Amino acid sequence: MNAQIALLLGQDGITNGAIYALLALSILLVFTVTRILLIPQGEFVTYGALTMASLQAGQPTALVWLLLALTLLDGALDLLASIRRPHAWRLPRKSLVKIAYAAAMVGLVNNLPLAQLPMALQALLTLALVVPLGPLIYRLAFQPIASASSLVLLIVSIAVHVSLVGMGLLLFGPEGARTRPFSEQGLELGPVALNSQTLWIIAASLGLIIGLFVFFERTLYGKALRATAVNRMGARLMGISPEMAGKSTFVLAALIGTLSGILIAPITTLYFDSGFIISLKGFVGAIMGGLVSYPVAALGALAVGLIEAFSMFWASAYKEVIVFTLIIPFLLWRSLTSRHVEEHE
Amino acid sequence: MLLKKAVSTLLLSAACVSLAQAQVTVGVITSAAGPLAMIGVPQKNTVALLPTQVGDQAIRYIALDDGSDPTATVKALKKLISEDNVDAIIGPSGSPNAIGVISFVAQAQVPLLSPVGTAAVILPMTAEKKWVFKTTQNDELIAKALFEHMARHQVKTLGLIGTADPYGENWAKVATALATEHGIKIVANERFQRQDTSITGQSLKVLAARPDAVLVAAPGSPAVMPQATLFDQGYRGQVYQTHGAALPDFLKLGGKKVEGTILAASLMLVLDEIPDSNPSKKIAADYTANYEKLYGSKPATFGANTFDAGLLLQAAIPLAAAKAAPGTVEFRRALRDALESTHELAGTQGVYSMTPDDHSGFDERGRELIQVKNGTWTLLRD
Repeated sequence: MNAQIALLLGQDGITNGAIYALLALSILLVFTVTRILLIPQGEFVTYGALTMASLQAGQPTALVWLLLALTLLDGALDLLASIRRPHAWRLPRKSLVKIAYAAAMVGLVNNLPLAQLPMALQALLTLALVVPLGPLIYRLAFQPIASASSLVLLIVSIAVHVSLVGMGLLLFGPEGARTRPFSEQGLELGPVALNSQTLWIIAASLGLIIGLFVFFERTLYGKALRATAVNRMGARLMGISPEMAGKSTFVLAALIGTLSGILIAPITTLYFDSGFIISLKGFVGAIMGGLVSYPVAALGALAVGLIEAFSMFWASAYKEVIVFTLIIPFLLWRSLTSRHVEEHE
Repeated sequence: MLLKKAVSTLLLSAACVSLAQAQVTVGVITSAAGPLAMIGVPQKNTVALLPTQVGDQAIRYIALDDGSDPTATVKALKKLISEDNVDAIIGPSGSPNAIGVISFVAQAQVPLLSPVGTAAVILPMTAEKKWVFKTTQNDELIAKALFEHMARHQVKTLGLIGTADPYGENWAKVATALATEHGIKIVANERFQRQDTSITGQSLKVLAARPDAVLVAAPGSPAVMPQATLFDQGYRGQVYQTHGAALPDFLKLGGKKVEGTILAASLMLVLDEIPDSNPSKKIAADYTANYEKLYGSKPATFGANTFDAGLLLQAAIPLAAAKAAPGTVEFRRALRDALESTHELAGTQGVYSMTPDDHSGFDERGRELIQVKNGTWTLLRD
């Protein structure tokens, strides 16, 4: 092991760590606001990466039909709710807009010359396709049981994860995919050649983290979400709708996941079931932050990436063992130092 | 008395009728969902192409899926044996899944034709493994071709990157033995997981050892990642791949980075360059054409392994049917004996000649040395 190898490993660790950090933040955000441990977080990563890959291959991705189906289901539920009410006998305008959006997406994906689009547009289209799945999933799977116990939410979350993985196999097939890099050039820094994708990932992660910080500190919506995280009942009494809070966190989670997927797709091969292990590593980071502290979670996730990179060099066969064993001392420490609080609503 | 006689005559005639019309029932277990889907999907698709008639015997297939879960494999197998009373079973897709069911097929005396990669299902031969046949080339057969090529090209040091699963482990074992035999030193021996998002560490360690050549042992498209990483880090030595990499997606995912790769695999990849005299050529070409017609894409060799299992059964069923009626344990025993005596049967992957000790039955006609040139597979002649 010499300095150059250490630098290369460090670069690799930071690249992966940045992605884990984003996922850790997203898991933490969803957990604090809605009490849901977002197991399907990783699926947004794979859906993003695989959608991007199929767009680049010029295939009208079948994902758009999933989007349309979920939107119609959502509309049907809205209609049912409005029928139950005595006076309003029509589909709420919001549902119509959503269905029109999904239909427009179907039209776009089937008619645009996908493979010839500039990469930025492909990425935008990917986001436009995958991100709406977040709030739809919340609406269909979690909103009806929003006040259930954390355990029930966790079980539903696992169910959503398993169905999304199966759906991913159906939509994208069993083979892995890789996308074209954003740019070919790298940056020479003394002895180390920095991969351009690494720079993109680090820049995008930093940008997102700053963006999230500004969102939560400066905007009304951000403050409303923070208030819900601090005290659900109190926030509700102040007129913050828990449905709105849940849907917005899922928009953010889907956005972060999809963006991570688009960012790492050029440097790795992703499969329909890769998401779980990636988000699990973000989860290890979130656990280090005790599922409350954002900065500690981000740092923890970065540490996971670095430890992973170095253990891959020294003991490649035991890499996952080392990474996931990390969680035990932290859980011990957390459970010994923190007071157990009974869940109350 | 009269009634008893009448009943027994009736029963007897019923039995005779069923004997004449009896069809052979074959169970198929695949893993078309879960982590093995990449192997299981082409295998499941192939079920529709399997022979449905041999002589006047109809063959019925019952396909079940285990979702890559070894426990589900056992359940599916038990269902096939006890409820459907199958005469033979093709599958499962994964090595751990296959190893887990050997004792059950031996107990029920049902021949199992397994399209899995690992030779551990038939070697070393035991009383239980007598019931198992394997329709893939043994790792050793493929490895010999690679190591002979290395020896011819003065490769002295070799780096090895394999998956941390039975496939990679078995290759490490085979490669270590063959390397010693050919005077090649293995200077790095690394493992990775299929879903790893980065293989930088392993590849750096291999690079640091400066080997003349690198062998990557991974089943399916994960075989691309280590090689692409090595390429990105500036490794320009010869890279060898195993037959696990013999699928269209290897080229699609690897692109320029896998140019020049050498691997040994079945002739299916280079069908156009194979002389017509090769008995497998027509069978493989027909299979590929039929598969493409049905599904619109070329099959990975994993599907062809399942197809060959069908061919083996097609050849063995008439021999067994001459001895006993399908659905009986005598038929299954006769079927097993007939499979074991398969001689010079051409399949898509090569020519099968089974013996009591060799339940895979390939010789060097079951593999070709292939190189990636200009983004396609080409036959390597030297």
